[in-house]
Amino acid sequence: MLGWELPPHHAGGMGIVCYQMCKQLSKTGVDIEFILPYTAQFDIDFMKVTPAHHQTADEVKFSGGVYDSKFFSQTKVRTSIGHLDLRQQHDLFAHNVAKLVETTEFDIIHAHDWLTFKAGMIAKQKTGKPLIAHVHATQFDQSAGGSGNPEVRDIEYSALMMADQVFSVSQHTKNVLVNEYGIPTDKIQVVHNSMDIREDIDESKNLYCYLELMKQSGYKIVVSAGRKTIQKGLTHLIEAASKVIQKNPKVIFLMVGGGEQEDELTNLAAKYGISKNFIFEGWLNGTGKPWRDTFRIADVFIMPSVSEPFGIAALEAIGYGAPVVVSKQSGVAEVLKNCYKVDFWDVDKMADMILSLVNYDSLARTMWELSYGEYKSQSWENSAGKMKHHYHTALEGVAN
Amino acid sequence: MKSIVLYLHAHQPLRVKPYSVFNAGIDHKYFNDESDYKDTNNRFIIDKVSEKSYIPTNNILIELLENHPEFRLSLSITGTLIEQLQAWRPDVVESFQRLVGTGRVEIVAETYYHSLAFFYSRAEFVKQVAKHAEIIKEVFGVTPTAFRNTELSYNNDLAFWADEAGYSAIITEGWDPILGWRSPNFVYKPSYTEDIKLLMKNYKLSDDLAFRFSDKNWEQWPLTAEKYCHWLSESDSGGDVVNLFMDYETFGEHQWAETGIFDFLRAFPNEWLKNDNHDFKTITEAVTDYQPKDYVDVPQTITWADTERDLTAWLGNSMQHDSITSLYDLERRIIDTEDKELIDDWRLLQTSDHFYYMCTKWFSDGDVHAYFSPYESPYDAFRYYMNAWRDIELRLLDKEKV
Repeated sequence: MLGWELPPHHAGGMGIVCYQMCKQLSKTGVDIEFILPYTAQFDIDFMKVTPAHHQTADEVKFSGGVYDSKFFSQTKVRTSIGHLDLRQQHDLFAHNVAKLVETTEFDIIHAHDWLTFKAGMIAKQKTGKPLIAHVHATQFDQSAGGSGNPEVRDIEYSALMMADQVFSVSQHTKNVLVNEYGIPTDKIQVVHNSMDIREDIDESKNLYCYLELMKQSGYKIVVSAGRKTIQKGLTHLIEAASKVIQKNPKVIFLMVGGGEQEDELTNLAAKYGISKNFIFEGWLNGTGKPWRDTFRIADVFIMPSVSEPFGIAALEAIGYGAPVVVSKQSGVAEVLKNCYKVDFWDVDKMADMILSLVNYDSLARTMWELSYGEYKSQSWENSAGKMKHHYHTALEGVAN
Repeated sequence: MKSIVLYLHAHQPLRVKPYSVFNAGIDHKYFNDESDYKDTNNRFIIDKVSEKSYIPTNNILIELLENHPEFRLSLSITGTLIEQLQAWRPDVVESFQRLVGTGRVEIVAETYYHSLAFFYSRAEFVKQVAKHAEIIKEVFGVTPTAFRNTELSYNNDLAFWADEAGYSAIITEGWDPILGWRSPNFVYKPSYTEDIKLLMKNYKLSDDLAFRFSDKNWEQWPLTAEKYCHWLSESDSGGDVVNLFMDYETFGEHQWAETGIFDFLRAFPNEWLKNDNHDFKTITEAVTDYQPKDYVDVPQTITWADTERDLTAWLGNSMQHDSITSLYDLERRIIDTEDKELIDDWRLLQTSDHFYYMCTKWFSDGDVHAYFSPYESPYDAFRYYMNAWRDIELRLLDKEKV
């Protein structure tokens, strides 16, 4: 398994997805060696975690992450291995994985997203083992329907064509791969993400003390969490928010996540004159208490993405007790029925939905209760079983 | 003698259009969606159902009435449907009038708005039954003597009310837990009543047509008139009646013409009447001609819906409770305005279908066949409804200011 991150040393949803996926795969009897571009301490007993080379997780993170394809060969960061930009990180990973596969025993190469695809391709070339390219996000999504960085698109395209099997996290992503990349449809398997169910109830005091107090005086909190980037559709949400606040001023929007749009979004809220109804938080580690408290404080969770391969945060929000509004352009909309689904550009409808959820507890409660049932039934078990099945298909394909 | 009591129920609600909170206070029309081919376009639906069901079915019924002097049936048709037909399909109103004009088609009383008013406001319920009687008198020139409540909902209180109101018959579901060892194929008396009689639907034989007729996985498919009439005569062979109660739209809408349902409808009365001991009766004729066999006690409310036969499809979740109580909470203030338009709109929002669209019972299972809604989700249904309710409240506040 080739990945770029694992919790607690990770930047986004993909690390968590990889962790939970591998945990379930190992339960079904799959032996996994997970190769990372950094060295770190992990509390993981269900698989072997191997660093491709020695640097810290932060050093990789500062060179850029899976979401920073725009700055692919721009930002050089001083690391313990030298001054590296993301391209060099990516090449170095491939180089070291190529060395690793000479001494490692394995049957399948399973690579997660473009930063590991080159390594995956080289490993396949050197060993003849089947390659599974697992697509969590594409350049098409990240550029909100544009073409994205052409170099990265090339990497994606080559790996997807070369792969024996492609796993996509949603039908939405599969459609992108077929329509935008021209990948043969029968090669792509949709393997929906899940979210491990939380049984423990967190009763600790919420870190958002101010929001807790505002809730006590009748305010409702609408939360969005994700990178502040064009893909996430947050400008549409601010426009919808201005309409919500016209009708109901006792609504506060909490926007969590780092990203290049931070200033733009702050200015936009100011332009609409609704800054006092907005709280902007930066990037939060997806396993820490602030992240959990973000979901815990939510009366409504909204994910207005322009193009979202899956959108695991929506499931996470349900797990913490919030009803959700998701854009129709997100993969998670395929697995959820009990939620509001709206086109990311339809700000009037988005505002109408938010208003009805904050105004009517009967609606919010019914929707959440039934979505929680869906969340619980959306387990990794099904997806892991499916992946294992297709491992075998890929092995047979190579044998023939 | 064994009599078929065929009863068909015709109803269409006025569906709320996708009505945003930003419409409230500005746009006071909730039922006027005119977008093409949309299921919230009421005129489009009326046209579609008229073509697929009302017109062809009425043509066959007229033909049957002309060819068979013994053929009879009972029919209920809601005020909300009559209103829409009068506006958009007067030809369908005429075809119903021709049916009733034969004197062998009984019209059954109910609430004008196909509402659940009986369970929320007795005063409002009585007004709606009276309003229905008025339009029936006006359009068909008759006064009903049998009563049915929305979705065949029924309990002892309703029977008591209908008895006091002077009806000679009332109908409901022949639900096994109520009937126990008894057969639905007899006339009964409701507990605690003086004169009124009760007919209970034979749901097995009714559902053979209403639900199973086109089901190719059903071991009895395809159902022929011969086979069906055989079942009818075998059904509790000592019984007096077979109560076949179903939606009018069974013919042509729920079961499409392609399934052969119209050929079946044309053939089965002829087949039934081949036996001299067989006939058809209207509901009132049945309770006049046959003696009641027993008292039937129904303290709880039953309906003809779902496997539960209760009201949970309309009042099963908190959105449904929230919206219906919000509506009835306005009753006294709305009535006090004496504003006809406002009162009418408030009443149109009482139609039970609005609450049915908010039902979440089958939503997660994806069992769309069990459940028809013009909206994408029960949450959309609730949202549009409550937005319209807000506008009603704003209009009310406006009136109260004057």
